[in-house]
Amino acid sequence: MIDDLFAALTTSDDAERQLHRRLVDEAERDGVLDVSYRTIDSPVGSLLLAATREGLVRVAFDREDHDAVLARLAAEISPRILRAPHRLDGAATQLDEYFGGRRRTFDVPIDLQLAHGFRRTVLTHLGEIAYGETASYAMVAAASGSPAAVRAVGSACANNPLPLVVPCHRVVRSDGSIGQYLGGTDAKQALLAMEAVT
Amino acid sequence: MVQPFEDVVAEHGAVVMRVCRAMLGKADADDAWAETFLAALKAYPNLRPESNVRGWLVTIAHRKAIDQTRTRARQPLPVGDVPDSPSAIGGTVEHDTELWAALEALPFKQRGAVAYHHLAGMPYAEVAVLLDSSEAAARRSAADGIAALRTRYSKGTRDDEHERVERPAGDRRPVRRAHDI
Repeated sequence: MIDDLFAALTTSDDAERQLHRRLVDEAERDGVLDVSYRTIDSPVGSLLLAATREGLVRVAFDREDHDAVLARLAAEISPRILRAPHRLDGAATQLDEYFGGRRRTFDVPIDLQLAHGFRRTVLTHLGEIAYGETASYAMVAAASGSPAAVRAVGSACANNPLPLVVPCHRVVRSDGSIGQYLGGTDAKQALLAMEAVT
Repeated sequence: MVQPFEDVVAEHGAVVMRVCRAMLGKADADDAWAETFLAALKAYPNLRPESNVRGWLVTIAHRKAIDQTRTRARQPLPVGDVPDSPSAIGGTVEHDTELWAALEALPFKQRGAVAYHHLAGMPYAEVAVLLDSSEAAARRSAADGIAALRTRYSKGTRDDEHERVERPAGDRRPVRRAHDI
């Protein structure tokens, strides 16, 4: 009976959206929005984009499970996480241009705090592989200053927090086979094929 | 595992809105909601993992409501702050407004007991802490509040549309509560 009585008490979705936006703005103003995120659609599936105040901190494929990725960001960076699409407009636009064949390099601030030690060193060298080209794990190991650390390069790529933007899809096996990819080998194949023709 | 704060907003935003609206009325509810969640976001990293998140949020909202009520008491009553005029759009909006108005008209403790127990689902023991009274008193406030709501809400609406809240005149029997087990 009580539930009947209060069923008449409604609030509107529109008002909730406005209030959410206000919360984001005020959190940003007070410096307590530690991680913002949004999702975008892409030819390789839905992508989660997350940023700290420093810059883009995580790009995640659908198969990584976006909820699980956000839960890990809460544990590893901060639970002060809000959906704030406008804070990721720059990255979203550039990814859109990239998938449209209109962009070859990314120019957004990035935050590599999720990668440590040698893995982080490897990631900083991946940008040297130009659009449309590939390099072997061994070549990246050499460029990163540890020619013997081929496996470590593999795990650096497998744990790349910023796939696409930090182009680990351009790293392939020495025998020419494609190798593993966070987004699945089909996605890796599709990206390399796209870059080869545009 | 700590939830991302976005999940907290998604899960409890609507309940906190209803509580703010009940405690403060339409004009101040948005401010109270935004202040509640901003304060919660700030404190969130220090919240113990086993905490009852909804109870925690309602407690913050309650403090905001008390602050705003005190601020309001120090200010002259704004003349323009009257309930919305009945909407011509349809019955739902109108009934909605009338029920909110009936809730707002309740004395503070009754409103709190109804909002925290019936809208937010808090047990009376916790409602009592918020209202600074005994559990029995909180229970009584909620029952009185619900009885008053039924009387006022029915009075303010047309009979043909409200048989579900209609009661015989003078019927003050305690109402059976969904959360009372």
